[in-house]
Amino acid sequence: MEKLSGADMLIRALQDEGVDHVFGYPGGAVLHIYDAVFRQNRIQHVLVRHEQAATHMADGYARSTGRPGVVLVTSGPGATNAITGIATAYMDSIPMVVISGQVQSHLIGTDSFQETDMVGVSRPIVKHSYLVRTASEIPETIKKAFYIATSGRPGPVVVDIPKDVTDPTNLFDYSYPETVTMRSYSPATRGHTGQIKKAIKSLAKCERPMIYAGGGVVQGDASSQLIELTRLLGFPITNTLMGLGAFPGTDKQFLGMLGMHGTFEANNAMHHSDLVFAIGARFDDRITNTVSKFCPYAEIIHLDIDPTSISKTVNADVPIVGPVDTVLDEMISLLEPEVAKRSEKQQQMLKEWWEQIEGWRKQDCLAVIRDESEDIIKPQEAVQAVYKATGGKAYVTSDVGQHQMFAAQYYPFDEPRKWINSGGLGTMGFGLPAAMGVQVAFPDEQVVCITGEGSIQMNIQELSTCSQYGLPIKIINVNNQSLGMVKQWQDMQYEGRHSHSYMDSLPDFVKLVESYGHVGFKIESRDDLEPVLVEAMAIKNKLVFVDIMVDPSEHVYPMLIAPNGSLRDMWLSKGVRT
Amino acid sequence: MRRIISVLMENEPGALSRVIGLFAQRNYNIETLTVAPTEDSTLSRLTLSTLAGDEQVEQITKQLNKLIEVVKLVDLTEGEHIERELMLIKLKATGAQRAEVKRTSDIFRGQVVDVTQSTYTIQLTGTTEKLDAFLRAFPESSVMEVVRSGVSGLSRGEKVLTP
Repeated sequence: MEKLSGADMLIRALQDEGVDHVFGYPGGAVLHIYDAVFRQNRIQHVLVRHEQAATHMADGYARSTGRPGVVLVTSGPGATNAITGIATAYMDSIPMVVISGQVQSHLIGTDSFQETDMVGVSRPIVKHSYLVRTASEIPETIKKAFYIATSGRPGPVVVDIPKDVTDPTNLFDYSYPETVTMRSYSPATRGHTGQIKKAIKSLAKCERPMIYAGGGVVQGDASSQLIELTRLLGFPITNTLMGLGAFPGTDKQFLGMLGMHGTFEANNAMHHSDLVFAIGARFDDRITNTVSKFCPYAEIIHLDIDPTSISKTVNADVPIVGPVDTVLDEMISLLEPEVAKRSEKQQQMLKEWWEQIEGWRKQDCLAVIRDESEDIIKPQEAVQAVYKATGGKAYVTSDVGQHQMFAAQYYPFDEPRKWINSGGLGTMGFGLPAAMGVQVAFPDEQVVCITGEGSIQMNIQELSTCSQYGLPIKIINVNNQSLGMVKQWQDMQYEGRHSHSYMDSLPDFVKLVESYGHVGFKIESRDDLEPVLVEAMAIKNKLVFVDIMVDPSEHVYPMLIAPNGSLRDMWLSKGVRT
Repeated sequence: MRRIISVLMENEPGALSRVIGLFAQRNYNIETLTVAPTEDSTLSRLTLSTLAGDEQVEQITKQLNKLIEVVKLVDLTEGEHIERELMLIKLKATGAQRAEVKRTSDIFRGQVVDVTQSTYTIQLTGTTEKLDAFLRAFPESSVMEVVRSGVSGLSRGEKVLTP
């Protein structure tokens, strides 16, 4: 059997796992590992400028490819810097393996230099974690880490490795296990037949149905099944922020996003429905508004891989635990005969339901309200122009705030894994490194990061990494010179007292990006919007930063009215409510 | 309502902290907690009691099951079960008190496990209610120290919790 050191075993195990990229930053506790990285060429290491960015890059890589992202950081500050990115991945169920160095075994617990209890610090935000005790445990631990990260409801797994375990002078037998069995972990592989049959019955007899699909459909690679099911049934469908792209955004059956900033038609249709089929979604508080007033007339079918998601906030009448793709496959075959024998009355009820929905659609809730005589650019128009300039085909990452909601509302996604944002944790600083991870995975694809001048500055140091690896991302800075979403809430709930929501002393972004060797444009006039964006998108081999000055007073609408509101209670524009 | 949840889990470092962390993180309450390896040294058996309603206990059991190291668990209070707790109690016992303490201990089937000229230490096992009742039988001023193990339990009959 082959003899390898702990450090070489780790890298070999990653190779055997099929890893092609690792995102990381070196330091004392991982020096042996970095030496092993140096002495091979199968895995490309991407050197970031801050460990948080390494986790977001791995995250963007994972969200766009469906394969786990891999991070390598040192002990202490390296590990704690990775925490925000791990929490981001945890909240959105993203497969990720984070390898952190740890101080030498005999120093653990002595408050030694760069020591942090990484397993302890990360415990509430990981799917699982390991502290490796001896080098011989490495192959099996890595196998388990990848298995856990990618199976069931995916999530981040931390593997903490003390420096002595990777000592290059101690050699051990290496073989990589082909399979892994764990008596305490066996995610569901199919749904319960009885529950599925119950769901079929409900789906066959409902009159005002809604399909509500979330990020689980994207992560579970069940988009084609969702499309087939929705077309077969002819039901209206809405996606959550995390589910956008799971069903084609430009399709007639699609009512747009639901929830806090969902469309008038999607929120109303949910509220008035008599059956909600939730697929890979988790009834987040940004979806339900007041739980006791959520979908008062609806029977709820809830399909999810994670049993804890079911009946957590909203009680499910028909719970189905299982992988979305196989369960939907089974349901499609059972539904075909049911749909074929639909009565005329049923068809009439569905037709009337659609008529009601078309009525809500006429509200045209996303129409941009503007004074045509002014030259000021509305942030919504900036996103619409990006959609046009990319033909709606780009991978789009976003940061967090108003620009994120505008991107979700005004850039319809027709494919899954194209829309990449931090929905659960809402991490500012996510957009740029996530876009970098996508670009690393897809060097020839158009990757756009829609951000704001607040968010971009939370990881702007990564412009340097982009230079080093030649990542030709297109950064769209929707610049309203303020923390727009914070300001919006202050306008609406704090009588316009803008406590620390302004962005003073902004850099000259064009000069800044040029100093890194990138290309910068600034757009201040409506007339420049489309031509400059077209020009920017045409620059294939360079990072282009487009600083778009937009109306700082704009709000995101529709917006659910809280507290005590239901899904049909919305602000539709400034001062106008349902 | 008081629930007793019995958990079979991998006897690995860090497993216990995940269970306790889960309760803190999700804002669940732990009344008592007891844990030790089983006859199979790769497994630990953890018993905890908590105050929770039906919906919350469903979430608690699902969340516990989701922990990678948890092999199996049962809510003992869902069915017929036996529960026991051990208490050691050190009491002031001088003069006439000595006979009184001994007599009360006998009524509760306690055992005197340590004696000095001025104290009795009594060992008592039983349900939580029984131990509470025993404690109430003495004036606060005579109770010097109390230590309780927390609840352990098993289902009645053939039902067992095995991997």
